[in-house]
Amino acid sequence: MAPEMNTMKNDPILKVEHLSMRFGGLMAINDFSFEAQRGEITALIGPNGAGKTTVFNCVTGFYKPTMGMISMTQKSGKTFLLERMADFEITKDARVARTFQNIRLFTGLTVLENLLVAQHNTLMRASGYTFLGLFGLPAYKKAEAESIELARHWLEKADLTDRADDPAGDLPYGAQRRLEIARAMCTEPEFLCLDEPAAGLNPRESLALNTLLTGIRRETGTSILLIEHDMSVVMEISDHVVVLEYGQKISDGTPDHVKNDPKVIAAYLGVEDEEVEEVIEEIEEIEEEGKH
Amino acid sequence: MANITTTREGAGGTLTARALREGFYAGVVSLGLFFLFVGLETTQNIRNELVLNQRWGLLAVFVLVAAVGRFLTVAYIRPWFAARKAAAAARAGTARPEGFLKRNFVVLAVVALIVYPILAVAIFGVQGSLKWVDNFGIQILIYVMLAWGLNIVVGLAGLLDLGYVAFYAVGAYSYALLSQYFGFSFWLLLPLAGILAAFWGVILGFPVLRLKGDYLAIVTLAFGEIIRLVLINWTDVTKGTFGISGIPKASVFGIWSFDVGAPNNFAKVFELPMSSAYYKIFLFYLVLALALLTAYVTVRLRRMPVGRAWEALREDEIACRSLGINTVTTKLTAFATGAMFGGFAGSFFAVRQGFVSPESFVFLESAIILSIVVLGGMGSLVGIAVAAVLMIGGTELLREMQFLKQVFGADFTPELYRMLIFGLAMVIVMVWKPRGFVGSREPTAFLKERKTVSGSFTKEGHG
Repeated sequence: MAPEMNTMKNDPILKVEHLSMRFGGLMAINDFSFEAQRGEITALIGPNGAGKTTVFNCVTGFYKPTMGMISMTQKSGKTFLLERMADFEITKDARVARTFQNIRLFTGLTVLENLLVAQHNTLMRASGYTFLGLFGLPAYKKAEAESIELARHWLEKADLTDRADDPAGDLPYGAQRRLEIARAMCTEPEFLCLDEPAAGLNPRESLALNTLLTGIRRETGTSILLIEHDMSVVMEISDHVVVLEYGQKISDGTPDHVKNDPKVIAAYLGVEDEEVEEVIEEIEEIEEEGKH
Repeated sequence: MANITTTREGAGGTLTARALREGFYAGVVSLGLFFLFVGLETTQNIRNELVLNQRWGLLAVFVLVAAVGRFLTVAYIRPWFAARKAAAAARAGTARPEGFLKRNFVVLAVVALIVYPILAVAIFGVQGSLKWVDNFGIQILIYVMLAWGLNIVVGLAGLLDLGYVAFYAVGAYSYALLSQYFGFSFWLLLPLAGILAAFWGVILGFPVLRLKGDYLAIVTLAFGEIIRLVLINWTDVTKGTFGISGIPKASVFGIWSFDVGAPNNFAKVFELPMSSAYYKIFLFYLVLALALLTAYVTVRLRRMPVGRAWEALREDEIACRSLGINTVTTKLTAFATGAMFGGFAGSFFAVRQGFVSPESFVFLESAIILSIVVLGGMGSLVGIAVAAVLMIGGTELLREMQFLKQVFGADFTPELYRMLIFGLAMVIVMVWKPRGFVGSREPTAFLKERKTVSGSFTKEGHG
C-alpha cells in the first residue's frame, strides 16, 4: 500500500471507513477508506467506472451504503454519521453541500432565485415557517435582504453579477458550472463536494474555476472534495489525492506522490498485472537518472 | 416595413388569383366531404319508413363558409399576420414601453369586477341583473378561484393532480353537513371547510409522495373518485345521490340575513322590493373576495421560501434535496395549500346552490379546472383568470346563442356542443401558444431589473 499521506496536522473533517456499496451482484465499492483534512482540497480520481460518483453519492446521502461508516466532524467538534442521515439533512444539519456531474440548475428560475432557493432553511426560520412572513413582518424582510446580500457576494465571486436576473437555463455552460458551485456555497457548507466541476470546460474556464475554488478555500475555510478527470485542475489545486480503481483504493497521498505511483500509472494507461513490475522498474530507472 | 408593402402590392394580382383558386378547391373538397353528411338526412316517418330529406341549403352554407374562409385566409389574413410579424421583428430592437392598459391590467380588472354588479343592475334592472351576476359573474369567479388553487399544486409545485375536485367536494360537504347537523354559521364553517380540505390534502399527499408524473396523476384521479363514491354510498350521513338540500344561506356577518321570513332581512331593512338578486350580488362580492384572497396568498407565498421551494421542486427535485430542502414537507404544503382553497370554494359552492350532491363533483370538473390552468399558462394568475373567463363564460354564452337555431334547425341546442367547442378551443390555443396564454414567469426577486423568464426555460414538472 502507498504510505499514509504526510500532512502536518491531523484534523480530518470527513472520515470514510470500510465503505462498501453493492448493486445487486456488482460490488461498486469494496472496503474503501480515506480521510479528508479540514481546510484542504481533496481530489478523488480514477478511471471511468471506478466508483468515484458512487462514493460521492454515499457521502452526500443519495445512496445508502451497504457497509461502512462515514463520519463528518464540524469545526465546533460536533460529529455526524452521514450514512444514517437523509440526503437533505446532510446539507441542512451536517453542512455538506454538493454539485452534480450533469449540471442540475433550476433552469426556469433566475440566477439570483437559484441562490435564494439554496438559502431555504435560513429563510424558512426567519419567516417563522411561512406564517409570520405572510403578514410581512420586518424580521423576514431583513433576512431576505441579507440573503440577497449573500447571493450578491457569491455572484461576484463566480463572476455572474451581470447575469443575475437572467434565467439560469440561458447561461453558457461554463457559467452554469460556476453558478452551481455558487449555489452550493449559499447553503454555507463546511464541506463542499464537487462532482467533475471542470467537465466540458475550455482551458480558460478551467482556470477561472481554479481561481474560484482556491478562493473559496482561502476565504471561507471550506474543505473541498472533488472528483475530476482534468489533471490540470487536480494537480494544480488539490492538497491530497485519492485514487480509486474497480471500487478499491490504489493510491493515497500528495499530488506528486500519486503522479509517480506505478499502480496509478498502470490503472490509467491500462497495463496487464504482470507488466506492473516492469513499469515499476522503468520508473525507478527514470527517477535515478533524474537524481544524477 | 416599406419593402414588404411594395412586394405585396407587386404580387397583389397573383395573390388574389391564388386565393380564388384555393378557395375554389376548398369549396370542392368540402362539397365532397359534406355531400352525404350534411346534404342528405334520413329519418323515419310515422309508418316507420325511411325518408330521405334533402338539405341543400345547409350544404350550401357549409361549402360557402369553407370556400370564402379559405379565400379570406389566403388573400387577407395571412399577409396581415406576416406584415405584423415583420413589424414586430423590426420593433424588437427598440424597447417599446408597455401600454397603459397592459401596465395597469390587474388594477383595472379588479375595479371592473367591483363595479360589475352595479353596472348589471343599472342596465338590466334588479331582476334582470340576476342572470349576469349569477350565471356569468359567480360561475366564472368560482372557477377562477378553483383554478388559482389548483395552480399552486400543478403550476408552481409541478405535481399533476387530476382529482382536485375531491377537495371542492370536501369543502362543500363540510359546510352542508356541519350546518345541517350542528347549525354552525357560514362564517365559522368557511375556515373550517378550508382546514378540513387541507387535512385531506395532506392525507392524499402522504401516499403519493414517492410517485411521479403519470403515476401521480392516476392516483390523484383515483382519490377524486374515492371521495365521490364515499359520498354516494355513505347514505346514512350524506343521503347518497339524493344529496343534501336546504343548506342555510350565508348572512352579511350575521348583521343582515337573506332568509325571507327573518326580521333582519336585507331587503326589509333597506326597504327595497323583495328580490333574490341582492343575495346573488352579495355572493358575487363574497366569491370575489375569496378569489382575491387566493391570489394575494399565492403572490405572497411565491416570494416566501416555501413558494420558491415549490417552483424549485418543479424544476429539479434532486437539486432541491441537495440544497437541504425537505421535499416531503414541501410537497405536502403544496397539496394542503391548494386543497385549502378548493375547500373554501367548495363551501361557497354549497352556500350558493343551497344543495349539494355527488353529481357536482365528477371527474369532468377536475378536467375543466386543470384545462383552465394549462390554457392560462401554468403559474400565471392573470393568464388563468383570462382562461377561466373564456372557457366558462364562453360555455355560458352558448346558452344565449339561440339565433344558431335559425342556421342549424330548430332541434339544435348550442349548449350540447360546449364540450366540442371546449376541446377545439384547447387544440387551437395549444397550437398557437403551447405554454398557455401567459407562458412566461415573473421572477420573485431581482438584483437590478425584473426580467420575465421565457416559457422555454421553465419546466412543467414531472413529480
